[in-house]
Amino acid sequence: MDFFVSLLYSLPGAISQGLIWGIMALGLFITFRILNVSDLTVDGSLATGGAVCVVMIRAGFNPWISILCAFLVGGVAGLVTASLQTKCGIPAILAGILTQLALYSVNLRIMGGKSNQPVSVDKYKLLVSQRYVRELSLRNPIPLVVIFIAVLIGVLYWFFGTEKGCSMRATGVNKQMARAQGINPDNDIILGLIISNGLVALSGALLAQFQGAVDVNMGRGAIVIGLAAVIIGEVCLKKIKGNFAFKLFAVVFGAIIYYLVLQVTLQLGLNTNDLKLISALIVALFLAVPYWKGRVLPKKGGV
Amino acid sequence: MVRLEDISKTFNAGTINAKIALNHLNLQLNEGDFVTVIGGNGAGKSTMLNALAGTFPVDSGKIIIDEQDVTSMPDFKRATVLGRVFQDPMMGTNPKMMIEENLALAARRGQKRGLKWSISNDEREQYYEALKGLNLGLEDRMKTKVGLLSGGQRQALTLLMATIKKPKVLLLDEHTAALDPKTAEKVLFMSDKVVSENHLTTMMVTHNMRDAIAHGNRLIMMDAGRVVVDISGEDKKHLTVTDLLELFSKASGNTEANDKMLL
Repeated sequence: MDFFVSLLYSLPGAISQGLIWGIMALGLFITFRILNVSDLTVDGSLATGGAVCVVMIRAGFNPWISILCAFLVGGVAGLVTASLQTKCGIPAILAGILTQLALYSVNLRIMGGKSNQPVSVDKYKLLVSQRYVRELSLRNPIPLVVIFIAVLIGVLYWFFGTEKGCSMRATGVNKQMARAQGINPDNDIILGLIISNGLVALSGALLAQFQGAVDVNMGRGAIVIGLAAVIIGEVCLKKIKGNFAFKLFAVVFGAIIYYLVLQVTLQLGLNTNDLKLISALIVALFLAVPYWKGRVLPKKGGV
Repeated sequence: MVRLEDISKTFNAGTINAKIALNHLNLQLNEGDFVTVIGGNGAGKSTMLNALAGTFPVDSGKIIIDEQDVTSMPDFKRATVLGRVFQDPMMGTNPKMMIEENLALAARRGQKRGLKWSISNDEREQYYEALKGLNLGLEDRMKTKVGLLSGGQRQALTLLMATIKKPKVLLLDEHTAALDPKTAEKVLFMSDKVVSENHLTTMMVTHNMRDAIAHGNRLIMMDAGRVVVDISGEDKKHLTVTDLLELFSKASGNTEANDKMLL
């Protein structure tokens, strides 16, 4: 009984975390699923977003301006990775790792040399905070994040229906076909990585406010969590046929499920030190299952 | 219309695998020419088409399309004036997008792609009519993902995409080689139709000598990276496969022409 009470008690927190990470997962969806690029920049740009936002809020800036700036700086990080890929011929994964590594130093610089910086809801006006997560009031972070995500999904749905968005989708599937249609794939990769990392940084900015602090290591393994969200969402909702907006919704749904499952395992007494190991295992498993199915099923059909 | 001047291209230059693919090739296409290109494996047919399309930079020589020197222009810019259909039916279309989206993508070749909606209702009507012309029933499946189409349907769609915005040159690179004979014949028929209706300057690579004779107004044969036979007009109309084989062995000094050509 105690187990369920404490689980219920921790649900709102898990859901809000899932929602905030959902924004990050939407960013990852753009690179991973639409552009077909594995972008490892995100581990760095998530913390960059948090750092920019917290430092600005502490300096007295409006939180909305702060998250906007976090988005823009994250976009610059994406631009750097995209330039390493398209202008310097560095393979996508390595380009992401290089930027991610460089961002570690950059993030420390942004935070004035400290590896973490608090931003207390008592002292500053924040958009979202963990403290009010169980409160039935306007201060509760969940409604705001839900609206945020709804707007984001709307904007992304619109964008990928435009000429530019279609060009990006074409680039992600078949570069040669895109080139034959007069599309320069490099431009699409650059724009895609900018938007993606902007969203990741935005998510980091909200996450830092939610937790009341930014840590230079907060992005470690972020790509795994984002991928987990994308994949879990697809697997859980694959039975439902939906349009592109629904696919985006599934990504956020996946992030929430991820945090709910995590919460349950934590409640079952799991050591928090093992979290990353388990996250990695979950993602590996979800990626492997479709591959195994593809290899086993044709044989069965032959018998 | 199109001039390839003294084009050379060596792959893997400076290594033990060096392969001279184009060897001081010269070719001029006149406006409205429909040239069929034949030759053995490794003769340089596809390399010539790819050089013209800008898939890779050439080592030397000049490529001129419609009085414009495009030698150093990247392929996606040349695509503005070029229509291409590839050998692999998977290559020319996007399987994850709908038929109408693929067409809209092709219709915007050479235009700036901005934040306008990717396809308008006027366009839909236009595509409906164009698809109807293919006679494959695709006009009623415009919202179908292209991945669900057969190879022949995809090649027909690619052909339509390549010509929906009238190109200065249409490049067909063995575009029926991966299809079954019946479908191949259909796609060839469509190609003929679209070329003659739009008076397109066309180059079609083929492995089939009968097709090469039956289509187009001009035939060139390649060997070792250059054009060795160039026949047009009345001469081409009376050409037979036997003539071609004879011409080939004479031009290349190769008595094993039969085997090589049939490969």
